[in-house]
Amino acid sequence: MKKYLSVALKLLLPYIAIGISVLVYYSVADNGKQKKTQYPYYIYFLLVIGAVLLVATLVSVFYRKIRKDIIYKSPFIAGVVVFLMGLNYITSKTLLLPVLYFPSLDRIIGLIVENRVFLLENVLDSLKLLLTGFVWGATVGFLTGLALGYSKHVGYWLNPVTKVIGPIPTTAWIPLALSVFPSTHEANVFLIAFAVWFPVTLMTSSGIQSITNVHFEVSRTLGASTIYQIIHVAIPAAMPSIFLGIFYGTVSSFATLMAVEMNGNSSGIGWYINWQKSVMLYDGVYAGLIIIAAICSLTLTILFKVRDKVLVWQKGVIKW
Amino acid sequence: MVGEIRIENVYKKFKSLDPTTDDVVALNGFSLDIKPGSFISLIGPSGCGKSTLLRIIGGLDKATSGEIYLDDKLIKKPGSDRGFAFQGSNLFPWLNVERNIAFGLKARHIYKDKKKDVSEYVKLVGLEGFEKSYPHQLSGGMQQRASLARALVGHPAVLLLDEPLGALDAFTRMNLQDEILNIWKEHNMTMIMVTHDVDEAIYMSDQVVVMSARPSKVEAVIDIDLPRPRARAQDTFQEYRTRILNVLNLGGKVDEIEYYL
Repeated sequence: MKKYLSVALKLLLPYIAIGISVLVYYSVADNGKQKKTQYPYYIYFLLVIGAVLLVATLVSVFYRKIRKDIIYKSPFIAGVVVFLMGLNYITSKTLLLPVLYFPSLDRIIGLIVENRVFLLENVLDSLKLLLTGFVWGATVGFLTGLALGYSKHVGYWLNPVTKVIGPIPTTAWIPLALSVFPSTHEANVFLIAFAVWFPVTLMTSSGIQSITNVHFEVSRTLGASTIYQIIHVAIPAAMPSIFLGIFYGTVSSFATLMAVEMNGNSSGIGWYINWQKSVMLYDGVYAGLIIIAAICSLTLTILFKVRDKVLVWQKGVIKW
Repeated sequence: MVGEIRIENVYKKFKSLDPTTDDVVALNGFSLDIKPGSFISLIGPSGCGKSTLLRIIGGLDKATSGEIYLDDKLIKKPGSDRGFAFQGSNLFPWLNVERNIAFGLKARHIYKDKKKDVSEYVKLVGLEGFEKSYPHQLSGGMQQRASLARALVGHPAVLLLDEPLGALDAFTRMNLQDEILNIWKEHNMTMIMVTHDVDEAIYMSDQVVVMSARPSKVEAVIDIDLPRPRARAQDTFQEYRTRILNVLNLGGKVDEIEYYL
């Protein structure tokens, strides 16, 4: 009986939090400094959360797994709602923080909703640039790493070069890249590719070098040719390390994406943030940050899902 | 019958990379004729060159001088006529049992015609139901079985075993010894096994080659004239054990220690 009561309480927590939030929103007087939005977007947002949660809870009556998930996450969702309530209280009910730099939640959410088409265009531009640079960097990095790790001669001549050029922060290349490449776009692709290239090269070559020699000997006694060994022994054995390189590369490609978009690009989400800042519209800056957070964490989630698929044979799996 | 090996005056020197130390002579003129279908054990202290010899027969290392012939063919590199079971299991961790066993067939591009062999060998080593398991999901003994199947699936005339059972517990080890003997008998193959275990050598072999370290040489080739299947608790084991230990200069030490006690 006590157990059911605690579960019911847990499930109710988010709705209670939403209820209190709505009450605070309407009953406490505004500070009057925040620009009014056409609709109460923050309240809409809370209602959407409540509705989605309610539907999920109803569905979960039939699915045990979803039910456990919802019970587990309910207090956390309630916590998020309470946090937003506090944020909204401070920004739109009090004058504790400068209004210019801390817009109300209504304004931030409203901006995302009202400018969704324009924002989406910029998001797509960013993603296109990121993906192009990533594919180039990862491909070239993988091939360089393979050559470095597998051939002693290539390693002798290229390892020092990689070790000197690789660690140069990508942003330091921006001025040179912008003047060497025919267009900004190409320069940007190069810079992002470079950011991915180094960690992928490093981790691929180190992954291949640390394969135990026995694996190669076993494959030799089983009649594998050199090419067959590279494809069927060296690459799969180095895969965990290669994925680590891709992970580092992805993280550093985000940083580079923002750097190039804020320097001389004329589209993309990084450019958008910079532009909003320069015209003192901080609701746009926050909207941009929220979108970037979503993109980056989504990208990493996809990366880890792929990794879990490819590396099912590994015992320990990095949690994300 | 195939699987005859002639080892002629094999000499192997490992060049020292450090100029202040001498080169190491691992094999100093080793000769031995191995009859087709026999089971030979190489026994001796570490550093006596037994693994080196096995590796040269397998084609993984080259002799500094001297030749080894398998059925009158000079051995130069690894070949499908020789299977090699390494120390530990050494399965490829990224392949499941079935794919590990099929690796050699695929590498030699004969998998399409020999698909059936894979399931046959899975069955032979008693791993039915574990075809899709990854190595880390298997016990040490099961990994060793899979690794044996991988070495055997190409029907080699000779199986080279480099302390294949070294890392296993005593019971698993005895089980696998019997299974290896069964395979040996059924498939009429020559087996050459490196081992540290005197009892294992006596229990399994037709001939035990006792080697000594520095200077590395063959101290004795002892024929084990015991009927098969052999019983582990046999009294005659003790005779052979004493003989081998004496050759290795280990037989006397027991008495000395007792004397001091």
